[in-house]
Amino acid sequence: MSEAAAHPAVHQHTAPTGFIRKYVFSVDHKIIGLQYYGLALVAVFVGMVLSWLMRIHLGWATFAIPGLHLLSSTGAPGNVMTPEYYLSLMTMHGTIMVFFVLTNAPFSGFGNYFLPIQVGAPDMAFPRMNMMSFWVTLVAFLVLMASFFVSDGPTIAGWTVYAPLSAVGKDAGPGLAMGQNLWAVAIAIFCVGQLLGSLNFIATTLDLRTKGMSLLRLPFSTWAWFITSVIGLLAFAVLLPACVLLILDRTAGTSFFIPGGLVVSDHLQPHTGGSPLLWQHLFWFFGHPEVYIAILPAIGIVSHILPAFMRKPLLGPRVIVGCMVAIGFLSYMVWGHHMFVSGMNPFSALLFSVPTLIITIPATIATLLWIGSVYGAKLRFTSASLFCLGFISVFISGGISGFFLAQPSIDTYLHATYFVVAHFHFVMAVAAIFAIFAGTYFWMPKMIGRMMNETLGQIHFWITFVGVYCIFMPMHYLGLAGNVRRYAAFTDDFLVPLIPVHQFITIAALVTGAAQFIFLFNLIWTRFRGPKAPDNPWNATSLEWSTTSPPPFDNFGGRQLVVHHEAYEYGVAGSAGDYVMQTSPEVVKPQ
Amino acid sequence: MDVSELDATIHAGHAGMEESPYGIPSGKLAMWCFVLSDAVTFSAVLFAYGYLRIGSPDWSTPFTFVPSVLNGLVMTFVLLTSGLTMLAAVEAAKAGRTAAGTRWLWATCALGALFAGMHLMEWRHMIEEGWRLFQNPLGGSVEFGAAFFCITGLHLLHVLGGVCALAVIALGFHRQRYNSIDVEVLGIYWHFVDLVWMFVFPLVYLMNAR
Repeated sequence: MSEAAAHPAVHQHTAPTGFIRKYVFSVDHKIIGLQYYGLALVAVFVGMVLSWLMRIHLGWATFAIPGLHLLSSTGAPGNVMTPEYYLSLMTMHGTIMVFFVLTNAPFSGFGNYFLPIQVGAPDMAFPRMNMMSFWVTLVAFLVLMASFFVSDGPTIAGWTVYAPLSAVGKDAGPGLAMGQNLWAVAIAIFCVGQLLGSLNFIATTLDLRTKGMSLLRLPFSTWAWFITSVIGLLAFAVLLPACVLLILDRTAGTSFFIPGGLVVSDHLQPHTGGSPLLWQHLFWFFGHPEVYIAILPAIGIVSHILPAFMRKPLLGPRVIVGCMVAIGFLSYMVWGHHMFVSGMNPFSALLFSVPTLIITIPATIATLLWIGSVYGAKLRFTSASLFCLGFISVFISGGISGFFLAQPSIDTYLHATYFVVAHFHFVMAVAAIFAIFAGTYFWMPKMIGRMMNETLGQIHFWITFVGVYCIFMPMHYLGLAGNVRRYAAFTDDFLVPLIPVHQFITIAALVTGAAQFIFLFNLIWTRFRGPKAPDNPWNATSLEWSTTSPPPFDNFGGRQLVVHHEAYEYGVAGSAGDYVMQTSPEVVKPQ
Repeated sequence: MDVSELDATIHAGHAGMEESPYGIPSGKLAMWCFVLSDAVTFSAVLFAYGYLRIGSPDWSTPFTFVPSVLNGLVMTFVLLTSGLTMLAAVEAAKAGRTAAGTRWLWATCALGALFAGMHLMEWRHMIEEGWRLFQNPLGGSVEFGAAFFCITGLHLLHVLGGVCALAVIALGFHRQRYNSIDVEVLGIYWHFVDLVWMFVFPLVYLMNAR
């Protein structure tokens, strides 16, 4: 029986009218995805400007940055930032980037937009809850940003807000009064938003797949979003009570994280009985899965994009999915590797070091499968595929430094140095940003119906790729030389000779940052002047390419799709070319 | 599409869609996932309690059998009974007996409210004795008050949320705005709240019995 016979329209579709229902309080997962992406775009530019301010100060500690006193007159008198204000900017840089960029864009942004489409559904399982999760996340962002405008400024405790510094209150310094309260409230709200989003992703992936879309036919990106949402469901569930306990310590007089006898700024703190180590356990039990929440969607996106430009599927696709599952599972067993120098029992350090080394195995397998797939393939170089290659490069660079940090003996020396800063920026921050860029260049034609400028994209890639290596490679050297992180200025005699390296990094950071405006310009230009995009500009196979650019309100115009193939049938003799789309009823014949 | 139409068609096993590996409506799956997440939240707070208790050499054990443990036992009985009435409500709802289902829902709601009331009275008793989040009238570790009020407070918040939800669902089920699936989803949540209490009671009350 011919399955090509059109299925009857499944639903009556009535798209919303009116600007507010369509674009503001929208239940459409596509709009919500774009809203998350837009939030991440704002956040990344704020985070990047903060990094510029930090880097300028690190290279030239007495330099008066014009206008800085407008941001904070107490933090930057005469436009020169105080050491405490440096720490405030550093804390906000980390918090904004990790939560509102790296968790938002590849997961909430692209995931919300494409997960329902890639499984063949008309929307997420719970559209109204989806809308709520975005607005909750936006409120969290606004509460966090409010800490810039309180008199003491944002918290200085780092994105990890270790106790007792974060818990004792305003005695501990500027930013630790209202700034820290706002941080804790904002992040607690963020946890709720992520939890709601995770529920939607899980239910949609399991329940709303269209006929023929078995779990093994899902694209890598969908698998990644699904696994990430399971990790997030359990990880954010720990951060939320941790933030609440922190708020109680700060406002209700409890002593969860504050030991007795603590004297801060000549004041004996009235707390007793608590443990700063408890905060570290609770935070890192969330914090380590969080970094995999940041990177797994990136892994899925890169794995999804590469086949389209290689015109052949990846090697070992089920192994790649298995690696993603293994990474997700193991991510819960390694949190102690952030605590090697906390004073805990060295034997427990071994208990964490072993799974940390084990978790490199699935990551390495995935990397080797990418490299093995690209080797011998005629990879077409576009902005999207270049950023995928860049992702693999920085993921390897960052991963290698991880091998060193995984050993407690080496970490004792390298902990809290720039070696660690280099590691996590490469393996998490830059890698995920590259995947966001790749996803943008790949999917923007589908999302807004216009092609991005390819020349600008490639210029953006090359400057950024060279730039991030100029920024973060020297930091390995700095770390090995003993350069401590989270210092506002380098005055010790072993650090002063390293300042020229910092200056080089700063210049690289400013140039690389400027190049991001090429990307921003490209986005804006595309929106208004980009050439109209066809339904399938990349001749790709997954379900998002079997609908219009942009898709209609219910994604497929009332059609109930039937899936006949796995997700990456490239390099085969298809009726339309060297590929067979997932929805095509034709039989695949190898070329 | 219209959101209500979307809701009406979103469930596993709809013609033209792939079978869900769990074969249950999405609302139930989402509630199970939420319960899993909430269990981890309670585990985090209980972990903090255990961590601090083991680390405190001067931990107090203030709960005498009368009134504290006995009160706790009665509260446990009340909550377990509310679990039974919830089961009855779900049975009645699935069998289409709306009036009976509504009555059982209201019974569960009342028992939940009774639990909350008893709990608040117990809190008042402890506060009168001098217990605070940061104060121990027996002179031992102040962490006892913090742990006690936080853990039982978090559970009480869940009970109160459940009582409100039970009232809303009972009213809506009676007016046939909600169906048996919605009752079952709430049942999952309510049984979870009961299950958490079965951990809280031994860990917080019985382990701190004099």
